[in-house]
Amino acid sequence: MSGLIIRRFMQLIPMILFVSIVSFFLMHLAPGDPIQAYITPKMGADTVERIKKDLGLDKPIYLQYFHWLKKALQGNFGYSYVNHRPVLEKITSRLPATLGLMGTSLFIAVLFGIPLGIISAVFENKFIDNLIMVVTYIGISIPGFWFAIMLIYIFSLKLELLPSIGMHSVGVNSFLDVVKHGILPSIVLSFQNLAVITRYVRSNTIGELKKNYVRTQKSLGSYRRKILFKHVLKNVLLPIITIIGMSFPQLIAGAFITETVFGWPGMGRLGISAIFSFDYPVIMAITLMSSLMLIFGNLIADILYGVVDPRIKQNEDLR
Amino acid sequence: MFQKITLNLKKELRKNKLGIVAIIIILILVLASLLAFLAPHNPNKINIAQRMEGPGIQHFFGTDDLGRDYFARALYGGRISLSVGFFSMIISVILGTVIGTISGFVGGKTDSLIMRGIDMLMSVPSFFIILIVNAYFQSSIRNIILIIGLLSWMRVARLVRAETLSIKERDFVLYAKITGEKKFKIIIKHIIPNIISTVIVTSSINIATAILMESSLSFLGLGVQPPDASWGSMLKSAQGYLGEAPYLALFPGLLILLTVLSFNILGDIFRSAFEEN
Repeated sequence: MSGLIIRRFMQLIPMILFVSIVSFFLMHLAPGDPIQAYITPKMGADTVERIKKDLGLDKPIYLQYFHWLKKALQGNFGYSYVNHRPVLEKITSRLPATLGLMGTSLFIAVLFGIPLGIISAVFENKFIDNLIMVVTYIGISIPGFWFAIMLIYIFSLKLELLPSIGMHSVGVNSFLDVVKHGILPSIVLSFQNLAVITRYVRSNTIGELKKNYVRTQKSLGSYRRKILFKHVLKNVLLPIITIIGMSFPQLIAGAFITETVFGWPGMGRLGISAIFSFDYPVIMAITLMSSLMLIFGNLIADILYGVVDPRIKQNEDLR
Repeated sequence: MFQKITLNLKKELRKNKLGIVAIIIILILVLASLLAFLAPHNPNKINIAQRMEGPGIQHFFGTDDLGRDYFARALYGGRISLSVGFFSMIISVILGTVIGTISGFVGGKTDSLIMRGIDMLMSVPSFFIILIVNAYFQSSIRNIILIIGLLSWMRVARLVRAETLSIKERDFVLYAKITGEKKFKIIIKHIIPNIISTVIVTSSINIATAILMESSLSFLGLGVQPPDASWGSMLKSAQGYLGEAPYLALFPGLLILLTVLSFNILGDIFRSAFEEN
């Protein structure tokens, strides 16, 4: 077990290096010179040279990368081009909003996805199953931003029940207010994962119900319900952890869009606005941060899966 | 082989009525965007006097904020959305299939190197990267197709590789190897025909994801740029008139949903038809 964890951590090192290289070179891929952000037309040529030297921009690019990496490891991601505040401070101030939104959405998806999938499987090809399947098809096909717009139209514009933008009402500072603002974004962000989890639980439960041990139990006179809850669920629910790990890319991509539509003050919205203002240090840091979220999300899912199912040996290469 | 597949497909379609609906919807949408020039109005003709008229007999989908016929705009928008979906699918599926078969067939060091590489590529959130790259290079439709295609082949490669690994061990491939057939020939003659079902399923799903991706990009303002319009960019401008003209936001979104839904259903139909094989 601990061997598995150590091995997985070792595999992370090249991944994190790769991610940092991508994040760094994204800036140098960009048209224009990064120095532009620091100089004004009034500056003389020697001032520009001095700033270049101060920033290390006169050195070869690989040295610049190591310089950046060293500082990044110390938590220094430089300063935003837009308001010259430290990038790390900007991101950490936005992180709780994003993590809260993503956590809530994942929770909703699991909370409703599992029972819906089981119901669907138990009533395979009946009306309720068909209904749930149609909903999940919509869930994996609907563009999140359009779903958001439609919800805003119905619940904010027409019914005037819920706020459509931001995280707080002006002058109000209560938890209930945040919850009220968070309802629509969480619904939008959770819908796709809810659909994926439901479909997954359904197809696995159906497969499991057709296995021999279920038939044996039935012939021995066990109740359907008892078989379902005592034996089948255990086998179906374990791999859910992997599905949750796999849903991270979608959650992160979804957060960029959902936060932008709802004006939710999280990292995703910061990322989109940084792209529009060509705020490279912020873009780099967010690429790095969201990659790390992805990598560690998968790692945690892998480890948890190994903990709950000891059969998992080091045969990952067969994936 | 192919006869059996079509037979299964027919059986599956008879069982699953949703599949027939999906195919009909796709056919209608493709035809409509191909024949968009037959639309009764010019999609770019501005007519401020007829600004934001609701849907009616004159204008099926109403008119937008500049008085342009929304139905015609939706048809031309569909042309762009569908072709971005189709062509980026072609790129990602070809890349994924080639890399996946090589990785699975050659095996050994090459295989683990390619797989680790894919792991790495997938550890970067591709949506954000696509956004950034699109912002850097003035996004033309050609660039959007290239970027989406080049960043979404990894899943295809993984699936194809897994399939290749199992087919590689089958008797007819071993026989071909023993009789000294060239590797390239084995891949073309024995491997590719047997993974084609996986490739078809992922193609359908990849069109769906590419269309969703393009619409999200365009909605954020980093995709298709005016004067061109796609369903996503139409929604971007419709967002501002939600109170006065909600139908502007309704139609393009419904069209995206219908298209993506149909391709997803089609993918599932293919999958269960092939599984019976």
